[in-house]
Amino acid sequence: MSGFLKSSIGRKVAMALSAFFLMFFLLMHVSINLLSVFSADAFNTASHFMGTNWLVQFIMQPILIFGVVFHFVMGFILEFRNKKSNGIAYVKNNGAANSSWMSRNMIYSGLVILAFILLHFIDFWFPEINHKYIEVLPEDPTRYFGELQHKFTPLWRVAAYVVSFILLGLHLGHGFTSAFQSMGVTAGRKKTLKTIGKVYSIIIPLAFIFIALYHHFNH
Amino acid sequence: MALNSRIPEGPLKDKWTTYKDKINLVNPANKRLIDVIIVGTGLAGGSAAATLAELGYNVKSFCFQDSPRRAHSIAAQGGINAAKNYQGDGDSTYRLFYDTVKGGDYRSREANVYRLAEVSTNIIDQCVAQGVPFARDYGGLLDNRSFGGVLVSRTFYAKGQTGQQLLLGAYSAMNRQIGRGKIKMYSRHEMLDVVIVDGKARGIIARNLVTGEIERHSAHAVVLATGGYGNAFYLSTYAMGSNVTAAWKAHKKGAFFANPCFTQIHPTCIPVSGDHQSKLTLMSESLRNDGRIWVPKNMEDVLAIREGKLKPIDIAEENRDYYLERRYPAFGNLVPRDVASRAAKERCDAGYGVNKTGEAVYLDFAAAIERYGKEQAHVKGLDENDKAVVTKLGKDIIKAKYGNLFQMYEKIVDQNPYETPMMIYPAVHYTMGGIWVDYNLMTTVPGLYAIGEANFSDHGANRLGASALMQGLADGYFVLPYTIGDYLSHDIRTGPIPTDSKEFDEAENQVKSNLDKLINNNGKYSVDYFHKKLGKIMWNKCGMSRNAKDLKEAISEIAELRAEFWKDVKIPGGANEYNEELAKAGRVADFLELGELFAKDALQREESAGGHFRDEYQTPEGEAMRRKEFQYVSAWEYKGEPKDAVLHKEELEYENIEVKERSYK
Amino acid sequence: MKLTLKIWRQKNANDKGKIVDYKVDDVSPDMSFLEMLDVLNQDLIDKNEEPIAFDHDCREGICGMCSMYINGRAHGPDTSITVCQLHMRSFKDGDTIYIEPWRAAAFPVIKDLIVDRSAFDRIQQAGGFISVNTSGNTQDANGTLISKHAADTAMDAATCIGCGACVATCKNSSAMLFVGAKVSQYALLPQGQIEAADRVRNMVAQMDLEGFGNCTNTGACEVECPKGITLENIARMNRELMKASI
Repeated sequence: MSGFLKSSIGRKVAMALSAFFLMFFLLMHVSINLLSVFSADAFNTASHFMGTNWLVQFIMQPILIFGVVFHFVMGFILEFRNKKSNGIAYVKNNGAANSSWMSRNMIYSGLVILAFILLHFIDFWFPEINHKYIEVLPEDPTRYFGELQHKFTPLWRVAAYVVSFILLGLHLGHGFTSAFQSMGVTAGRKKTLKTIGKVYSIIIPLAFIFIALYHHFNH
Repeated sequence: MALNSRIPEGPLKDKWTTYKDKINLVNPANKRLIDVIIVGTGLAGGSAAATLAELGYNVKSFCFQDSPRRAHSIAAQGGINAAKNYQGDGDSTYRLFYDTVKGGDYRSREANVYRLAEVSTNIIDQCVAQGVPFARDYGGLLDNRSFGGVLVSRTFYAKGQTGQQLLLGAYSAMNRQIGRGKIKMYSRHEMLDVVIVDGKARGIIARNLVTGEIERHSAHAVVLATGGYGNAFYLSTYAMGSNVTAAWKAHKKGAFFANPCFTQIHPTCIPVSGDHQSKLTLMSESLRNDGRIWVPKNMEDVLAIREGKLKPIDIAEENRDYYLERRYPAFGNLVPRDVASRAAKERCDAGYGVNKTGEAVYLDFAAAIERYGKEQAHVKGLDENDKAVVTKLGKDIIKAKYGNLFQMYEKIVDQNPYETPMMIYPAVHYTMGGIWVDYNLMTTVPGLYAIGEANFSDHGANRLGASALMQGLADGYFVLPYTIGDYLSHDIRTGPIPTDSKEFDEAENQVKSNLDKLINNNGKYSVDYFHKKLGKIMWNKCGMSRNAKDLKEAISEIAELRAEFWKDVKIPGGANEYNEELAKAGRVADFLELGELFAKDALQREESAGGHFRDEYQTPEGEAMRRKEFQYVSAWEYKGEPKDAVLHKEELEYENIEVKERSYK
Repeated sequence: MKLTLKIWRQKNANDKGKIVDYKVDDVSPDMSFLEMLDVLNQDLIDKNEEPIAFDHDCREGICGMCSMYINGRAHGPDTSITVCQLHMRSFKDGDTIYIEPWRAAAFPVIKDLIVDRSAFDRIQQAGGFISVNTSGNTQDANGTLISKHAADTAMDAATCIGCGACVATCKNSSAMLFVGAKVSQYALLPQGQIEAADRVRNMVAQMDLEGFGNCTNTGACEVECPKGITLENIARMNRELMKASI
């Protein structure tokens, strides 16, 4: 088993497993955020639950953070090793002839997403942690919606979010099916997964973009 | 020196078993003390290396390619014969033996062929155990197809890549032994001489093709599995690197060369397209299961086709001449290769060739597409009279059977063979002749063996389709491992063979001075210039039909060309580096000697047999006329120059098969 | 047609190497790509220059020897063929063609366009076989039934010619298509299943040791493979390794 994790395929599988987890998280995240479009109260209730439930806070949250960190650290390690395997570069290389831009540039879309996550942490997560565990301010179950609207007021942030989500879409566009391929899914199922992957990688970022724009224009 | 074929006594069908029971064995502990060199890693060399290593011998294996997996056995397409009788169509060991001897036009050795037929079934078992993915039917049983010159279906196949799959099987067995350290693999190495110590083959001199270094390797026995010499014709279906050098050097060191003129010209190859042509591509004989060969009946249609005014599919059925079906109704398109090739040549010589050069005939799948299409439509309950449906279904079947061949054809010729008939023409494909060996596969030099295409023994004057793979694997897996043990049993106390003896010194110096001579020649023409010239002489004067006048001319022309080569060949670069021109030069130098012996042998053999057709000896219908007085193997002994070679005859006796006129009518 | 060729020249493994320009006239569209290079080499020899060294042997697309990166693609612009099957009708008069060797740290250049692919051999030596000795007494070939589907799928995997185009075209220089094909062939056949776990473990370990990169599922290998080996084989290898490890 330890040999497995050290092998190239083991690393792929680990990459895929962390990706599955993150993709599931994205689905949850977007669902809760969507509530904000329909009802401020519903959004507040859900956010309050997520923000205060001990299972979410002390079990799920660390796992998520580990997942995120693991995914990008492993991504960097693999990229570094792969570059080392290349040897001398081709004078002329036509990558577009046989593979998609997304698949060849996962490291770049990944880096943009990483930058976005930092911004996102500065925007939401650090204030949250500060609020709850450092200054230990009193909990107001209705504060979440207002904070959300407030963040989407400046145009630069909305723009940054939109660009990041487009890159996320591209990352998912390859990542979704790639994760299943790494897990060894059979050719028969791959067709269906390809369709689901397409839908997923378009709908999720679109929904996030929609939410950002919605609150930018409706506050 | 009298030839002793060492055929065991006793009835034919018991010879091999009885013989195996009585020969000397080497015990496992002693096998570890014995080294064997095997040159070549095709089906014969690869399977021999793996098997000898499994038995416990220390094997050193050599190939000039970058990996043993690339030996030219890999290009064999159609299949491998075995007398399994899985189809229940009357096959048996005897029938396979009979077909092979008859197919070879009664010029092969009975005992060897019978043994070949006998072990053929083991080959299939062994390969399946190794994971060779032979084609299977829906019930999970192995499938068979039919090949030329036989009336049963005994050919096992893996799509159109049977040679590849069998070779990869042998290669995998080799890999297992390389991993265990029992085979030491030397790839990108070329054998340039065999070293004889006290009358026995004890090693080789090899050149590392990457560094140019000359190396000495010793062993208790040397096995040549270096394939055939068809590249003497320059254009052939052989790989570019296939050569006669190892065999020729062995010949020069005392191994007799047998029946050099027995060369197979394969009927279904893609025709030559121009002077730039470097090699010819085979279209598997299996295509003749479903393809019908024809040329137009009327000369005006031929001319219209050549001018591009008429398409072959527009020629009405009654205006086509299916000449094989016409001349040989019993076997039709599945006559043996020599017969099919000559018939194509006959039509083209008469002016009916269908391409610009006038050297091509059609191989047509329209009838097969329709037949399969109707069958499928019936199975699927579709309308059997709907032409579009039938054609589509039929094409699907043809694609499943021959898809890779059709794709290959389309890439080369730029025509779609599903829509228009293929154009084909005969090309040099295999050499039945080779180093003379006895029943043990040992040459006239003790301790020097020749297996696979490199030897002469099993195919007589013409090889049947799907028999080369069978012979290569039979020799390597099931024959040599027994017979070589008998010889090596006398070497258990010999100890390692030193490489610092004077014999090794001499051989190495000879090789080096030869290379120096070539590299410092500073002549005018490239190696290819001479090779192409030799090819032209061979094809025009020693090709599909031969006569005394041409052959005499060929002998003197080749000798002249050889002199010119040594005077005028130009090789750029140095000897101590990767230098393909230098490697090629050495090979062509040997072809230039072999070519002359080839012509001499063809001239001496005043009969027509199999692939050797002499204009002077034919029946009134133009069929080959065999002559009783030539029922022998011509084994040539080297005496300095090819023209001085001395003929030794091994008379062939047929006690278990009646020698009669070979009729496929 | 007339062409400009930009070819990688490198004297030996230690030389730095560079692209050198050559002109060829009189190229016939019916020539194969290698025959076009033959013409160039003939020219170079006539001019007392060293010809371009390239690997080639069978020239019918099965030995896997030829290996060139042509205009940024393994085996050139066409798909499902090797360089030797590429014909000049795929190019136009006046074209400039880049010709480079396979690039991968595990495939060092030997000379000009020739690379050392012995890493592939070593991977096979680590486990690309079924451990069965030669004998006349193995089970009858029809003793174990194999479904047509399994046999055909195994054959599709086994059709790999070991040319290395998958590695050459992969942005990560990964050898997983090659290894996946071999693992798949044996995993699909009952004869191969007995030592399947050891095989996949050993072959993958050797593959990693040789310095090939990791697969990121770009699918480039599948597109460039002259024999149409599919990504399914990589997925199967992943499954096999997971199975073997758990």
